[in-house]
Amino acid sequence: MPQKKSLDELKALSKQIRREIIEMITAAKSGHPGGSLSAVEVVVALYFGVMKHDPANPKWADRDRFILSKGHAAPVLYSVLAECGYTPKESLNTLRKLGSIYQGHPDVRFIPTLDASTGSLGEGVSLAIGMALAAKLNGSPSRTYCMLGDGEVQEGQIWESAMYASFHKVDNIVVIVDHNGIQLDGWVKDIMGIEPLAEKWRAFGWHAISLDGNNMSEVLSAFEEAEAIKAKPTVLISTTLKGKGVSFMENNPKFHGQAPTADEAKLALQELQ
Amino acid sequence: MPAKTRYELKLGMATREAFGRTLAEVGKKNKDVVVLDADLSKSTYTNFFQKDFPERFFECGIAESNMVAIAAGLAYAGKIPFCSSFSAFVINKGFEQLRVTVAYPNTNVKVVGTHSGISIGEDGPSQMSVEEIGLACSLPGFLVFSPCDEVSMAAIVRMATDHVGPVFIRAGRMKAAIIYQADQKFEIGKGIGLTDGKDVTIIATGLLVAEALKAAETLEGEGISARVIDIHTVKPLDREIIAKAARETGAIVVAEEHLVDGGLGVRVAQIVAETTPCLMEFVGLTGYAESGSPEELIDKYGLLARDVLTAVRKVLARKK
Ligand SMILES: Cc1ncc(C[n+]2csc(CCOP(=O)(O)OP(=O)(O)O)c2C)c(N)n1
Repeated sequence: MPQKKSLDELKALSKQIRREIIEMITAAKSGHPGGSLSAVEVVVALYFGVMKHDPANPKWADRDRFILSKGHAAPVLYSVLAECGYTPKESLNTLRKLGSIYQGHPDVRFIPTLDASTGSLGEGVSLAIGMALAAKLNGSPSRTYCMLGDGEVQEGQIWESAMYASFHKVDNIVVIVDHNGIQLDGWVKDIMGIEPLAEKWRAFGWHAISLDGNNMSEVLSAFEEAEAIKAKPTVLISTTLKGKGVSFMENNPKFHGQAPTADEAKLALQELQ
Repeated sequence: MPAKTRYELKLGMATREAFGRTLAEVGKKNKDVVVLDADLSKSTYTNFFQKDFPERFFECGIAESNMVAIAAGLAYAGKIPFCSSFSAFVINKGFEQLRVTVAYPNTNVKVVGTHSGISIGEDGPSQMSVEEIGLACSLPGFLVFSPCDEVSMAAIVRMATDHVGPVFIRAGRMKAAIIYQADQKFEIGKGIGLTDGKDVTIIATGLLVAEALKAAETLEGEGISARVIDIHTVKPLDREIIAKAARETGAIVVAEEHLVDGGLGVRVAQIVAETTPCLMEFVGLTGYAESGSPEELIDKYGLLARDVLTAVRKVLARKK
């Protein structure tokens, strides 16, 4: 297993991952910076502080699993997987190019150690439930983590899976909603508001924890709390800033699905020093 | 058939943009036209309509199946709803609703799936719609359109508005070569012969129409006369033009940016089998693609004039 990192190390690593996200998307000239940057602390915390996994033994049956249901945020996952040693770091900047293992959306055909292929929103919690049920059948301690976008929870399937997980007491999954307030066409509150979000999940029988998802220590303690919850699934309502860390991308719907120009990337990388 | 043999193939706008612009025009004339989108209005270009007629635009969020059934409700109540998203999401997530709330009760819903095929490029297979012709054509009562350029798209959006009943239209992301003059007449279910030819027929749809024309030009230089037919209406398919081509040329190549399984080719083959059996070859996809630039993908997955030529040579060799 990668060594657990200290809080300061996790914070420093988050900054590095943000730089790599900017570099990858800039090199690709397309991609989704906003929702990759907002999710950094959670994904870093999962792979370097929370999940049991082993890059030397990627198919370890009892490993914890992670499903990036908002698959368009692939760069954050790729950068973290490479940092763990699952995939080569030197080719991160081939993102989205023909032949690259770093496909536009996570693709198990190219990276077999990924826990699932994603890209069509709404499907991750169901997949996570399936993996969690298999773990229970196998008597495995494996836990499954699944990250959703806040726009993504507009999909009806999310609520079908939410209802299933609590009714069937699937307590070995944790869902994280990356609550950055922005989707593709604009602000979630203008397109189809989802509030009160934590209350919705509670009404569906989940243990809901609200936190600042860009605050590493809050992220770590939320996962700790989740681990102790038995007989119900847990959801983290992880409030974040879309584009976090780059001033002109923060809270800017334009950078949902647009690569920075070379000049913008330069500025962004300066800010992330 | 027109006497034309040379096509300039100047790049025009993407068919999705032609859709969005025409939709806004149609909305001006017909107040019953309403539009629904699922958090992709800037990509599907329904945002033009939204800007002009905000009160007749319904943003449904990332919830495609709900969108389709809301559209059906609007249609039951006398509106003419156009609902749009990436084709991969609206046709796949919305399929059950397309079946039970649209096809079966025959509601007047128009579905426009943009970002068809693999030429969307870098986003990769989860966003690439390669099963849509098979899916849409399997729905009884649906008209299925696959325009190749901005001119045919504009005409088809207008015809779809006037037609009473379910319609599916596929649209592409990339700029598309202009095939037609502005005054070209289109008729639902009538293919268009773009070149005359007697040795072989190339039946194409969407982006492959331009590739078919390039292939025909090369063949002409080799003394082979190829008939190129644009199928803008995949359903109902033009039996007459296909049977005639089979009879007169004895060899048909079908080319499409879609899985060969369930695509235009197998539907053409059915008509050929029922009318005048002849030799056939198929140009299309056999599986899921990957990320890459549109140009690289079209090359790697065999959707260029070169690939149409290979198929033509194969079918002609079999003819001998
Ligand atoms: C089923 C489906 N519909 C539409 C899309 C296109 N799409 C990609 S990202 C996105 C917006 C996602 O917003 P959100 O879930 O809030 O993610 P984030 O803000 O974290 O990037 C949309 C609509 C998709 N990938 N899948």
